[in-house]
Amino acid sequence: MFGRALRSSTSLALRSNALRTQTARPTANAFLARYLSQEHRSMIETAVKEKPLVIFMKGTPDVPQCGFSRAVVQILGLHDVPADKLRTFNVLEDQELRSAIKEYSDWPTIPQVYVDGEFVGGCDIVMGMHQSGELESLLQKHDIIPKSASS
Amino acid sequence: MSRNVSSESAQAGPVETSIRQKLNDLFKPTALEISNDSSQHRHHTAMRAQGGGNGETHFSVMIVSEAFEQKRSMQRHRMIYSALADEFNDGLHALSINAKTPAEIVPQGNADMQ
Repeated sequence: MFGRALRSSTSLALRSNALRTQTARPTANAFLARYLSQEHRSMIETAVKEKPLVIFMKGTPDVPQCGFSRAVVQILGLHDVPADKLRTFNVLEDQELRSAIKEYSDWPTIPQVYVDGEFVGGCDIVMGMHQSGELESLLQKHDIIPKSASS
Repeated sequence: MSRNVSSESAQAGPVETSIRQKLNDLFKPTALEISNDSSQHRHHTAMRAQGGGNGETHFSVMIVSEAFEQKRSMQRHRMIYSALADEFNDGLHALSINAKTPAEIVPQGNADMQ
């Protein structure tokens, strides 16, 4: 079931010692605010590929903290995405993750949906793709949901 | 069709005014509607942290412009996001975007245009 896999979602372990030391220095901090550090970048690159479908959202699928995140979860829920294909990250638990993911995708808002490591879009785009049928084809193409038996 | 068809309201705040101006300047829209949805989001976690926000955090934009010809949905979003980068840096939190080309809003007689 969709919801069960998501319940285990935790924040990304972005709080390595290296990063702590960096953010302790004000100059480095100012720099980090603008540019994605190599550590952040490689952690995000790992995170977006952790499962075929990855969502960065506010809250959890069971308790979304934002209407846009809720909408994305509901839309994907309609497609019966199997639990083992999906991973969500709650950006509210991790401010570093929240700003890093925005830098990484060059996209200023949350939620963000990734398929096989590739940024698909936020709420409006996923909603539009759902309505046009593109979302289903995309999920099928990446073997996230089974291809329709008949065409 | 007149330009700047917009829901200009007397109580539009500085952020809304700036959004409208930048979108008008950059995209020369044939239609532009901006609605301020901030009050619906005041109680959200992120907004509570800012004391309910400044009342100009959440907007919906409906924009029709030829600038979106040949652009996919994500590219259209990116164009608008980058036009409003300053606003996002200054506290704009969410922007719901409906971006169309004039051709896309003309009622279509045939369905072979994807």
